Amino acid sequence: MSNSEELLGTAAAPADRDARVSNVRNRANWMRRRLLKMIFDAGQGHPGGDLSATDVVATLYFDILRIDPTNPAAPNRDRFVLSKGHCTGALYSALAGAGFFPEAELDTYLKPESRLNGHPNRVYLPGVETNTGPLGHGFPVATGIAIAGQIDQADYRVFVLTGDGELQEGSMWEAAMLAGHRGLGNLTLVVDRNRLQQGAGTEETNAIEPLADKWRAFGWDVVELDGHDHGALIDAFDAAAAPRDKPRCIIAHTFKGQGVSFMRDQAGWHHGVPNAAQYAQAIAELEAEMAS
Amino acid sequence: MSAATASPSLFDCRDIYARTVEELAAADDRIVVVVNDSVGSSKLGKFRDRFPRRLVNVGIAEQNMVGVGAGLANGGKIPFVSGAACFLTARAMEQIKVDCAYSQANVKLCGISSGVAYGELGATHHSIEDVAWLRAIDKLTVIVPADPWQTAEAIKAAADFDGPVFIRISRMPVPELPRTDPVFRIGKAEVLRDGSDLAIIASGTTVHHALAAAEALAGEGIATRVINMATVSPIDTDALAAAAATGAIVTVEEGLARGGLGGAVAEYCAAHAPVRMRMLGFPGFLPTGSAAWLMEHFGLTAPGIATAARELLGVARAQ
Repeated sequence: MSNSEELLGTAAAPADRDARVSNVRNRANWMRRRLLKMIFDAGQGHPGGDLSATDVVATLYFDILRIDPTNPAAPNRDRFVLSKGHCTGALYSALAGAGFFPEAELDTYLKPESRLNGHPNRVYLPGVETNTGPLGHGFPVATGIAIAGQIDQADYRVFVLTGDGELQEGSMWEAAMLAGHRGLGNLTLVVDRNRLQQGAGTEETNAIEPLADKWRAFGWDVVELDGHDHGALIDAFDAAAAPRDKPRCIIAHTFKGQGVSFMRDQAGWHHGVPNAAQYAQAIAELEAEMAS
Repeated sequence: MSAATASPSLFDCRDIYARTVEELAAADDRIVVVVNDSVGSSKLGKFRDRFPRRLVNVGIAEQNMVGVGAGLANGGKIPFVSGAACFLTARAMEQIKVDCAYSQANVKLCGISSGVAYGELGATHHSIEDVAWLRAIDKLTVIVPADPWQTAEAIKAAADFDGPVFIRISRMPVPELPRTDPVFRIGKAEVLRDGSDLAIIASGTTVHHALAAAEALAGEGIATRVINMATVSPIDTDALAAAAATGAIVTVEEGLARGGLGGAVAEYCAAHAPVRMRMLGFPGFLPTGSAAWLMEHFGLTAPGIATAARELLGVARAQ
């Protein structure tokens, strides 16, 4: 377990595994409702990818990361880098839920001069590690952070979330090669494997499979799991379970639009915006899930 | 390094670069170097031997090199990201824009063997667009040092400065310049020679040629103000106002004539002090030739600069 008492992870998260899973499940449900409200109010956003990434992001922010919203630049903090920078709904709702800024500020999403830009900006917003948006940037930066930790023999960990379509960017494989070469055991990459990119499926656009084999060939430890299974995510993020001499790639099999029936696995919801009736239905479904 | 007087010796500023970064690293363990298989061409062999853990070689991968540099800055390091200027800037432009400038990461980008230093290797290896490109990026400081002393001082100033900086590190042989200001400040031009007939504003390896041109012009009764504009962005507007007051400006740079130092000066003058100008630099992709030949052929050495000055002033060359 990577949590420590003085930082957010354990302070907010219970110790018992079932309770941890339940906590993350509740947080993820809250994030989904909150990010859909942001997108509905703003009239734009990327709900498909936000919802596929929500469970990964929730597990990190509400169970795994050792971060302190009152000291967001603490040198020994764990780092989370959103390499798929367009999924700000998931990131901002998590940061607000974790206390990096007031929840009410989520209502400013995409409005003039809001700190909540369409892509995350570390200069505006505490808790953001590096500005992303163009694909293929966050992972190399995360690799650099992990190298700094390796040089210093620091005990912080670095987590990076990439899209699967993002793996078509050449810079991703430059970083993959270097992280494997240097044996960055402090680095964990999650591929949000929802199989859909903006226009179509990854495999019909420019195939990324066999994906696990690619990562292994680059010197990585690979775990494949259901990216909506909070218990599996908690276990895969467990520091004690990961090799210390290799970076770990978690291929999280997910669905775009997860949690909302009519958005699930639909490429059209990459940056679709629900109308009032669709929004009401989505919220009703999520509230029903919470009650179940 | 003291440099009160001009020296006839010529220097490769990469040597000064490597020595200075090594000195900084000895005093501050946050200093690290990131290279793209460019230990030799950056002259960092001694650094590697002395600080092996603090030299990060990413291999031939410039996008990753700059991204990793930004990550090292996030991890509390002061990374000097060093690679051939042509590849560092063109290949990794979006990383420079997003990971360094837009993110305000404390990264020092060192463009080695900038300009036309690679001579006969051709336009793929020339880095003559870099200043024009990087000057367009907000919140990125761009420095083009003129000599060994200024190279060392610029590197130290960059290390002290919290934010992204690009520094050209030339391999073209240059002399130590006569110094009029013993302190280097980012954003502050250096007036190397006073004069009221015209001003020559130069950067980098052209500054000593500008001084020689001014000397020749002085023999013809033309008093030339010579300004070493090492910081191209943000530019010293006080120095530009004073230069414009002479009524005529020649800019000189080892780079594209459009968009670089000349462009920066022209933008200022068009808005604040319209003045006759000549912008000296390269026209575009260059023919085969050595660095020295290219500089001379395109009028960037003393004779060409003096000719441009005379033409601008409408005077014939004194016989």
